[in-house]
Amino acid sequence: MTAKTRANDTQRTHTIPARVDLLLIADMVEPRSRVLDVGCGDGTLLRLLAEEKEVDARGIELSQRGVNDCVAKGLSVIQGDADTDLAGYPDKAFDYVILSQTLQATRQPRKVLEQMLRIGRHAIVSFPNFGHWRIRLQVAFGGHMPLTRNLSCAWYETPNIHFCTIQDFITLVREIDARIERGVALDHSGVPLNYSEPWIWNLFGEQGVFRLTRKR
Amino acid sequence: MIGSFVQFVPASKAAGLREVDAPNSLVVHFGADRPLKMDAGVSLSPLTIAYQTYGDLNANKSNAILVCHALTGDQHVANEHPITGKAGWWHTMVGPGRPIDTNRYFVIASNVIGGCMGTTGPASLNPATGRPYGLDLPVVTIKDMVHAQAMLIDHLGIDMLLCVAGGSMGGMQVLQWAASFPDRVFAAMPIATAARHSSQNIAFHEVGRQAVMADPDWRQGRYLEEGVIPTKGLAVARMAAHITYLSDEALQSKFGRKLQDRSAPTFSFDADFQIENYLRYQGTSFVDRFDANSYLYVTRACDYFDLAADYGGSLAHAFKGSKSRFCVVSFNSDWLYPTQASRAIVHALNAGGASVSFVDIETDRGHDAFLLDTPEFIATSRGFLDAAARARGIAPAKSGAI
Repeated sequence: MTAKTRANDTQRTHTIPARVDLLLIADMVEPRSRVLDVGCGDGTLLRLLAEEKEVDARGIELSQRGVNDCVAKGLSVIQGDADTDLAGYPDKAFDYVILSQTLQATRQPRKVLEQMLRIGRHAIVSFPNFGHWRIRLQVAFGGHMPLTRNLSCAWYETPNIHFCTIQDFITLVREIDARIERGVALDHSGVPLNYSEPWIWNLFGEQGVFRLTRKR
Repeated sequence: MIGSFVQFVPASKAAGLREVDAPNSLVVHFGADRPLKMDAGVSLSPLTIAYQTYGDLNANKSNAILVCHALTGDQHVANEHPITGKAGWWHTMVGPGRPIDTNRYFVIASNVIGGCMGTTGPASLNPATGRPYGLDLPVVTIKDMVHAQAMLIDHLGIDMLLCVAGGSMGGMQVLQWAASFPDRVFAAMPIATAARHSSQNIAFHEVGRQAVMADPDWRQGRYLEEGVIPTKGLAVARMAAHITYLSDEALQSKFGRKLQDRSAPTFSFDADFQIENYLRYQGTSFVDRFDANSYLYVTRACDYFDLAADYGGSLAHAFKGSKSRFCVVSFNSDWLYPTQASRAIVHALNAGGASVSFVDIETDRGHDAFLLDTPEFIATSRGFLDAAARARGIAPAKSGAI
């Protein structure tokens, strides 16, 4: 998967600059499926999915500017909030519900995940891993809240209010009776780790990308 | 000074009458062979529809946009108004280089039935009696308005509209179009609207109607024959309604408690405050261009609007399987058709599986924001329409055409 994703990246002919985690997410999505991207920003991932996978792409975005950017791209995006607006969708409305780098900014991550698994057959989640060794070192020896390239806001102004480690996430998945179908951890340069042991992900992964489904 | 804002206007000088019979518009007549079947259970015939068009229809007739007007709007979307001389009511949105670009699209706007700008309404002559219809015109619904528009679109030879767009009561027509004619609507923009009138909405309209009907010059709706106009009642109706189009914040910042051309209160019931003067002006200028009975009909049409009711009480069913793409817009200071009403539409569209975008525009201008030059709204509309046009293979406007 890794090699293929990278190859696709270099062969890309359009002008969408793609984050590695977005490409990994795109790789977890079946072509021509129905996709809801929660917290879709300016629509980069949705457009990638619409153009390369021909999916029926929908989004939810909090910022007016993001929504405007998406609408101008011809994407169907509603202004709304992951914490409150997922409840309005019927069961199994989508094949995939994606939450990219947003879980830690929701007020109720568990409820959001449960809603995602209710309205989608699969949920795809990417998030920064608070268990990464750099972060652990900063807290343990620096004695301050960590600041990294991915987490660059000071504690008093960060929108990220619910950090978790990859291990915490896996525990939560178990608690809400879901199953991990695929999982990848990315190192600090965005390259997927070659190991699949969760404790290695938890220590050396800066980000985790997981595809989940309900057990039943 | 009491009553100074209410002037007697002889019927012969009522401008509404002039446009009723001989509108400065394109007109299409439908005879007895093409009656309009109305919700009230009767057929209306003959039927006249007054309309305006802007721009050119392309060869495959794919670039037509229908603009639906609000309560007291009309077909004069982007040209000088024949009575008031003011710019068209949606000149911020419609025109060369505007989001509804008349260099690119063929724009159609018609006066609704029940109106007073040339389309059949209560001031039109009833051929059965030779007198104005008055209240003999069947009560009109939003669906009736839309069915009449569909007759016009048929007449123009257009199968599918690129977009149907409108705010407020116009937005209700957009929703009705999408529900009644899903195959004829490629894109839909319901703006600052609701899928049904709330109790509060009905309440405000009832106040307006009672003001009209309480005017002694209303004469049970037969005022035109008696040579009078219920200007007083209609002006009060407009004053009350106008408050609902604005926001507390906007009124406060524009007028506050400022006095009108005086340094101290006069201890009278004269228009001491600027806001009073402003509302009186809104009232008196309105009666120059609008028919009182029309006001009863169009407000009633909104009150009866409850789109879900026709679909087993489920709004989602109204849009089930719809292939149209929607862009729903609300304004956060609009308390007449609040954001929540738009969200209900969005939820129903999502539940019905429709393709929907939604944006809640931040502004202090209240309901009227959709008529004003609200930059974020203009930008959203432009983006949405551009994308729809691209999807339909419509060429961009010629450069330098602005």
